[in-house]
Amino acid sequence: MNTLREIGQLAEHYDIAIVGAGPAGLSAAARAAELGLSVLLADENPAPGGQIYRAITTTPVADRSVLGEDYWKGGALVTRLERTSAAYAPGCTVWSVAPDEAGGFELGLSLGGQARLVGAGQVILATGAQERPFPIPGWTLPGVMTAGAAQIALKSSGLVPSGRTVIAGCGPLLYLLAGQLAAAGANIVAVLDTTPRRNWLSALASLPDFLRSPYLAKGLKLMAAARRELAFRTGVTALAAEGSGKVTGVKVTRGGATETIPCDALLLHQGVIPGINLSNAAGCAQHFDTVQHCWTPTVDDWFASSIPGIAIAGDGAGIGGAESAALRGEIAALDAARRLGRISEAERNEKAAPTRAELARSLRGRRFLDLLYRPAPQFLAPPADETIVCRCEEVTAGQIRDTASRLGVTGPNQMKAFLRCGMGPCQGRLCGPTVVELIAQVRGVSPAETGYYRLRPPVKPVTLAELAALPPTESAVKAVVR
Amino acid sequence: MTAARRSADVIVIGGGIHGCSTALHCAMRGLSVILIEKDHAGRHASGVNAGGVRQLARHVAEIPLSNTSMALWHRIEDLVDDGCGFTSDGQVLVAEDEEDLRNCRARVDDLTLRGFHHEELIDATELRRLVPAVADSCPGGVVSRRDGAAIPLRATQAFKRKAQSLGADIREGVRVTRVSRDGANWRVETDHGVFLAPRIVNAAGAWADRIAADLGEPVPLEVIAPMLMITAAMPAFIKPVVILRKRKLSFKQFANGTVLIGGGYLGRAIRDENRTVLDWGKLATNARTVWDLFPIMRAAPILRAWAGIEARMPDDLPVFGKSAKHEGVYHQFGFSAHGFQLGPGAGAVMAEIIATGASNVPIDGLGIARFAAPSSHQPSLRA
Amino acid sequence: MFRPMHELKAADALAFTFDGRALTARAGDTVAAALLANGVQACRQTPVSGADRGPYCMMGVCFECLVVIDGVGNRQGCLVPLREGMRIETQAGRRQPDSVRA
Repeated sequence: MNTLREIGQLAEHYDIAIVGAGPAGLSAAARAAELGLSVLLADENPAPGGQIYRAITTTPVADRSVLGEDYWKGGALVTRLERTSAAYAPGCTVWSVAPDEAGGFELGLSLGGQARLVGAGQVILATGAQERPFPIPGWTLPGVMTAGAAQIALKSSGLVPSGRTVIAGCGPLLYLLAGQLAAAGANIVAVLDTTPRRNWLSALASLPDFLRSPYLAKGLKLMAAARRELAFRTGVTALAAEGSGKVTGVKVTRGGATETIPCDALLLHQGVIPGINLSNAAGCAQHFDTVQHCWTPTVDDWFASSIPGIAIAGDGAGIGGAESAALRGEIAALDAARRLGRISEAERNEKAAPTRAELARSLRGRRFLDLLYRPAPQFLAPPADETIVCRCEEVTAGQIRDTASRLGVTGPNQMKAFLRCGMGPCQGRLCGPTVVELIAQVRGVSPAETGYYRLRPPVKPVTLAELAALPPTESAVKAVVR
Repeated sequence: MTAARRSADVIVIGGGIHGCSTALHCAMRGLSVILIEKDHAGRHASGVNAGGVRQLARHVAEIPLSNTSMALWHRIEDLVDDGCGFTSDGQVLVAEDEEDLRNCRARVDDLTLRGFHHEELIDATELRRLVPAVADSCPGGVVSRRDGAAIPLRATQAFKRKAQSLGADIREGVRVTRVSRDGANWRVETDHGVFLAPRIVNAAGAWADRIAADLGEPVPLEVIAPMLMITAAMPAFIKPVVILRKRKLSFKQFANGTVLIGGGYLGRAIRDENRTVLDWGKLATNARTVWDLFPIMRAAPILRAWAGIEARMPDDLPVFGKSAKHEGVYHQFGFSAHGFQLGPGAGAVMAEIIATGASNVPIDGLGIARFAAPSSHQPSLRA
Repeated sequence: MFRPMHELKAADALAFTFDGRALTARAGDTVAAALLANGVQACRQTPVSGADRGPYCMMGVCFECLVVIDGVGNRQGCLVPLREGMRIETQAGRRQPDSVRA
């Protein structure tokens, strides 16, 4: 592996460019390089691993029991990549992927404050997942973070919340994090479970698969430990963060009664959804997945998107977890090699067969979890009018509902013109799903019918100076200082 | 929503600001209207343009239409019950050097001779007063003080809603597949059935050449994708819209601090997929112009860049007025990336022509007949 | 609101400033993590209402941890590794009209 620290070290062209160094990207890059392709693996973070294996090579958390054995499995993915000739660029942001006129792709990247355009024959987007927005009153207060954020702070910096900590929401990560933080010595005063009880009914049909799945043992262990050791409260139907300038408490409603739990940190989580900004901005088709209840890029059996030459591997094309992400990365890399003429279709199929079998096994039981931990409607479309939905532009649920009904706004792209929701720096990552949900609710239609933001590059901001320093023509690609 | 109507006095094809404005003004004149739009109102050029409301530096053939429109912009809330985000802080053409300034003077003199007084030559002092952040080397320019900007999609949707409230039947998500004569009527076939009207308006923007070709009036329409960029909120430093003459630039700071950068650099339009592909090399050139002219902008984060799909005619002038071949057919397209300001006025004039047969506002030089070459070797544009 | 699990070893410590305050954090931390470890909760004010915000997602998604680093504004603190001597400042909300001139 060749680690690139400066943008000038990037080649003008790679056979394949892979965006994201989580399990899918690491595996795809390793497999592609093992097949003899020239590979660029670009990743925004300072070290490989993505979020699930965040800081796997650099974590200061020495006690292996804190993060658990599943975490440490990530090391093997990095070790495998290290043995190849792939180019790995940490701290490198890919802000645009666009087809060029020769059948390949042009990637816009920034590294160390300098921007550049680089060519690639094939592209695999392995940009992973993000946590599903969890809009409650007060969620913008300092001290309110996602559960994933606390986990990242723990993995990458060995940081633990120092005061009274409340964890709220639903989904497997909630229990995992509660266990990890407790093991690391955090003072967890409450775990507030918002899983709707009726979800058990819809999930029940998928239970048999789950019982034969690898999730089972792991999941039960986590939940049992969390319930045993922590102040665990189920049936939570409403939440609000309270405080002025920072969070000082969380108002909780369960069984019709409301109480306020004082806290210094509130960690929110209600599952993860694909990060679709780059694929959407690149023009890849997407659809609304009704089981996982989220927008998902549309891919085929080889994880190829609607744009020939762009594949989407890992949780970015539907949530499947770390193990499945790595396998999907392998399969996408095999197909890219086939498209580039490196291997034949028959070779591709043969090499992919065992991986496919593993993939099927790794996804078994997923549906049960998806249905069981589907967020309650009031946490998808916040009923309190004052709830901020678009954090960047500070647009509230009430404003969105009002504009949708009064002005007959039918979709999120029109809503932007009236309220600016989705037009701040996060480009709708934290408001898109909620805005869609609110419009759908007002119109009485499905999220699918409501549509999603048309996202625009750059998917991460580029300074005018960086852009101005780009060479004027594609042929004269070279780096220039900010 | 009214019950499904299949015929009307007028069918407008295209729900951009032009189609919506014409539908509104027809409805105001008591005509029944069906507007047919393949996506949603303002989906393309009308919704994603720079929002410039500009008389400055217009071709003389457009000035009367533009004047009519400007009067409407200044009372836009009365017209459509929505302010449309319209602000009037003027537009300034910055001369980058003395030669540039001489050309500005010649232009203003020419307009004065023609009886137009909206453009005004300004010296370096007045330029600095209007645009304090401009680079020190610029010697002056031209200002059009009643100009400004609006929010394009909001404005287009406001015209749509107002037309609707006056009884216009707006059909979004309906695609016209063919237009033909049917007795006294025009027959508009769509993917949602057939519509009939004695009069039709072709306001189909980047798709208008297909309608025109169906009518036997092919036009050399080019499909273009002008690119724009917008920054994060910056400290307020400029009020008017700034444009250049020599280099391509259009530059505007909104009240919320964000800065819109355009100038007509073209990306790639894929019109059958409603998609565009940006050209970052050209956007880099655009960024360099800003770098030169507004040093304060150098660290500004660019948050988004995009391109709309628009129609451009070879002479950069719209096709506006009656068909050269058919009774009851009207064209209103090809605004060549500067049609947004014209929308309100063009709709009013078009409705007047439809209702009364003529308008006092001169539209000479804008007719479709200018493309009806006798040799008739128009290239096929249906690809 | 966060504390390190392990005591910071002098060999691992980087010195930096936040709004002029001298602080230290572990080499390997991102700027956002370094601020959290020092009890800094709010690192920016929003351009719309001026409300305080602090790191929310720590993975580059939310843009709440925007800070000024060595004079360059709008940097995502959760993606930038801390360096010795870094000058980090609160990302101010938009300033008022006419407060800045080129």
